[in-house]
Amino acid sequence: MRLKSTVVIGAVLGCLSFSSAFAQEEPQSARQAQMKVVGQSMKELGAIAKGEKPYDGAAVKAALEGVSTSMKAFPDQFPAGTETGMETEAAPAIWEKTDDFRAKSDKLAAEADTLLASVPADQAGVGAAMKALGATCGDCHETYRLKR
Amino acid sequence: MALRWTRILGAGAAVVAVGVAAAWFLTKPAPLPEDSWAGLGEPDLARGETLFWVGGCAGCHAAKGATGDAVKVMSGGLPLTSPFGTFHVPNISSDPNAGIGAWTLAEFGNAMLRGVGKGGEHLYPSFPYTSYARMSPEDVNNLFGYMKTLPASSNVAPPHELGFPYNIRATLGGWKFLFFNSEPWVDLASADEKLQRGQFLVEGPGHCGECHTPRNALGGLEAGQWLAGGPNPEGEGRIPNITPGSRSVGSWSEGDLVNYFQTGFTPDYDSVGGSMVEVQKNLSHLSQGDLEAIAAYLKAVPERQ
Repeated sequence: MRLKSTVVIGAVLGCLSFSSAFAQEEPQSARQAQMKVVGQSMKELGAIAKGEKPYDGAAVKAALEGVSTSMKAFPDQFPAGTETGMETEAAPAIWEKTDDFRAKSDKLAAEADTLLASVPADQAGVGAAMKALGATCGDCHETYRLKR
Repeated sequence: MALRWTRILGAGAAVVAVGVAAAWFLTKPAPLPEDSWAGLGEPDLARGETLFWVGGCAGCHAAKGATGDAVKVMSGGLPLTSPFGTFHVPNISSDPNAGIGAWTLAEFGNAMLRGVGKGGEHLYPSFPYTSYARMSPEDVNNLFGYMKTLPASSNVAPPHELGFPYNIRATLGGWKFLFFNSEPWVDLASADEKLQRGQFLVEGPGHCGECHTPRNALGGLEAGQWLAGGPNPEGEGRIPNITPGSRSVGSWSEGDLVNYFQTGFTPDYDSVGGSMVEVQKNLSHLSQGDLEAIAAYLKAVPERQ
């Protein structure tokens, strides 16, 4: 199980760096894939926090690395001209308040890095981490994500 | 001949006068009888706090972007955009001058349950008294008691900026005559205590239907589409359907709903977004039992596509 989750996130990350290396992908798809990695990572953490999966330090670390790596690349995927298309849920505010948007994105990466420096050591620790990361997700989605 | 015309004109004027008087009578601000507020005793502050969070007071009345304890400062000032113009949310902090610290329970209660302001004027339904009206005077007493314990703020919000005819408060009387009542939105045909608590929380203080139910051209909720979602009244995007027929949340279990209210995560670990972020933060203050009641009610309402 532990191997599986690590491999899944590793594989998704691998694909991401692969795709960015070739720079063939539309920014809309790239940023959607990055958000998917974050979602997948939160799912791993959530399963441990809820006790659906046993605590697994390596899986927690892999999930946090997934969040950190994705969020560092994420704010660069919003060049002018990508405001629409490919079912993007990006809100126009991203291009109106770019600095704030980037700061919020960076904040999530920084939180993940802080947690990586001292990986939560048990179920309760993962629960607390989930709560902190989740609030940051919502804080940004409140303004910058649009449900169409 | 002249006499006859005078009589006809006189009769006509009388008919118009009766009509105007009837319209005035039907649409004038209607506070509750003064004795509604008597003998309620000491407020239960814990119950009042629950109503404060489920009522989402902080969502509009706290300063924009407030976090931590600052969300309990009801300083007002947030601009609410709508198709009718921009509303500026008033200060309802405990400040006796800028806020509602000097209001009586009856004044606060008539605003909450009857949409009537301190000066006896109609209030705009951007303040969701249209839902709060399903609360009781006891609830109002508890909420008012709790709100008096919150900090004072001297902030004064600018006046609303509304186009004609929406800037004429008397027109609200007609709107209220058509759309304002305190009847239940759905007939649950069940005496289950948890469901009834859920119905109270969702239809009353939670005012979920104010966004999640589509409105007609005059801004009244479409009863047949209760909680069926629709265009976002505050701008772009859509407000989701939250009935059991919803494509997005219809398949969620009651446990999924409770977890979402507590953590902001969907069963797929997508996160809450848009104006629901603020709502979810408020809901996370509720007890497990109250959140389960809300979830049970949402599973019991009629299915809409």
